[in-house]
Amino acid sequence: MSVLDLRLRELQDRLAGGELTVTDLVEASLARIRETEPVVQAFITIDEEGARARASELDRQLREGGERGLLFGLPAGIKDNIVTEGLLTTCASRFLSNYIPIYNATVMDKLREAQSVTIGKLNMDEFAMGGSNENSAFKVTRNPWDPERVPGGSSGGSAAAVASRQVYFALGSDTGGSIRQPAAYCGVVGLKPTYGRVSRYGLVAFASSLDQIGPITKNVEDAVYVLQAIAGHDPMDSTSADVEVPDYTAALTGDVKGLRIGVAKEYLGAGIDPKVKETVLATLKVFESLGATWEEVSLPHTEYAVAAYYLLASSEASSNLARFDGVRYGVRAENPANLIDLYRKSRSQGFGAEVKRRIMLGTFALSTGYYDAYYLKAQKVRTLIRRDFDQAFEKFDVIIGPTTPTTAFRIGEKIDDPLTMYLNDICTIPVNLAGLPAISVPCGLADGLPVGLQIIGRAFDEITVLRAAYAYEQATEHHKLRPAAVGGAQA
Amino acid sequence: MSISIRDVEHVANLARLELTEEEKAKYTEQLGAILAYAQKLNELDTEDVPQTSHVLPISNVMRDDVPRPSTPIEKVMLNAPDEEDGQFRVPAVLE
Repeated sequence: MSVLDLRLRELQDRLAGGELTVTDLVEASLARIRETEPVVQAFITIDEEGARARASELDRQLREGGERGLLFGLPAGIKDNIVTEGLLTTCASRFLSNYIPIYNATVMDKLREAQSVTIGKLNMDEFAMGGSNENSAFKVTRNPWDPERVPGGSSGGSAAAVASRQVYFALGSDTGGSIRQPAAYCGVVGLKPTYGRVSRYGLVAFASSLDQIGPITKNVEDAVYVLQAIAGHDPMDSTSADVEVPDYTAALTGDVKGLRIGVAKEYLGAGIDPKVKETVLATLKVFESLGATWEEVSLPHTEYAVAAYYLLASSEASSNLARFDGVRYGVRAENPANLIDLYRKSRSQGFGAEVKRRIMLGTFALSTGYYDAYYLKAQKVRTLIRRDFDQAFEKFDVIIGPTTPTTAFRIGEKIDDPLTMYLNDICTIPVNLAGLPAISVPCGLADGLPVGLQIIGRAFDEITVLRAAYAYEQATEHHKLRPAAVGGAQA
Repeated sequence: MSISIRDVEHVANLARLELTEEEKAKYTEQLGAILAYAQKLNELDTEDVPQTSHVLPISNVMRDDVPRPSTPIEKVMLNAPDEEDGQFRVPAVLE
């Protein structure tokens, strides 16, 4: 057992008591990375020097008796679409393979305040477009449970790094499931907060009305503390919500007596692996034993969510990614004939196949003659999907279902079939369209691979989501299972 | 909905992408399949449904117009592929 396996509060006690230093933690993280990275390949950039310097600084503060931040000394991995001042930020794209940001994302300033230590930047699908990490321009991260399988995506590096205990926690971003799906595939906890709960300033935009930053952690308790550290209104993000941040530790009660659970019927229908379904339904007995009640609930427009999402997200992406023109930053193509040619060549050489595909789809959906039929139609369907949830939440406190229809698939299995890959996001996409908070927690294994239980809540009601997730976690042992493939014995 | 290579070429031009013949063929097929799937939305009557462009009930977020320092030019230029005298250099726009 490594010091990185200690629970957050115990770790903080040991640091406070001088039994442990931040340098010990950072060295444990770097040693684990050296040991597992040849297989897992979660990192794009490892900042050993910066991490060690920050550890010494925090150790000095500790000796001098300074106050400790909420995440004091915890080694953190950051998805590579969150800008870090002075530290390479690529979005896993050739286009940004040389981009060193001149400012910090708000979440990075907040982590600095909470005094975690940034170990490095984690792999992802290029510009967060994908669900497997196969769309990274640099490497394919492996699933720590089975290196022949994908870790999920787009925050695949974040989930794999936490699952293989390379870092204590990671940040990811979730536009259509990109935190929850890889968390489910890698057997860890992933929380997508309510849209607007966490500032997007400094998150390289994919689909601005859907993107949200959130934590990936080993357990629900850690997710509570990381959310506490990063949540809140930010004047630099006009879409961040001016809603008070509650004390999320209030969720750590273990009590769900009287909680009303809706089981999303459509998330358990055709296309769901029977073993995943069985594993997720088994969680209901646990909730029952804890005094919660459940009933089936219908979200009738679920089957339209994937089509609406891919039109909307791609439209927003085609607009957001127009900024990558080779003029102000990024890799510029050589010998352009003129300015337009410079744009064209830089973009064509800089973007990978999936990013081009989505820019093409979005540009098409927004183009003259097709706008009403595709973009506008999808925005209206988005309203119907929101109404499904509004109605369900009149009767239920949370809605649960699987995070994903299957467990992690094999590398290469779906790469040539984008539509099948997109349909894999059916259980997570509706939540982004409605802007709601949702968490994925480990709920067992199917054929040796982790299954994720998804718990969805009302807007800005992360507390109830976390309370349900924590109570479930405390009553079960699933979150203690560890991948054997990278040297961790299964607990 | 099927789309043609010409549609793909038109959209690529709008998006400032230069596609190889192979990419054009592949995207024609793949975008066609995705758009055919998107036809599914037409099963729904959305005549009287308002659109959602954004989930938060906010609009026109304003702040006080207070002067504050901007990012220094030298810093802005740190990532410039080509620069001259604190300005981004590009090929001539007008011949």
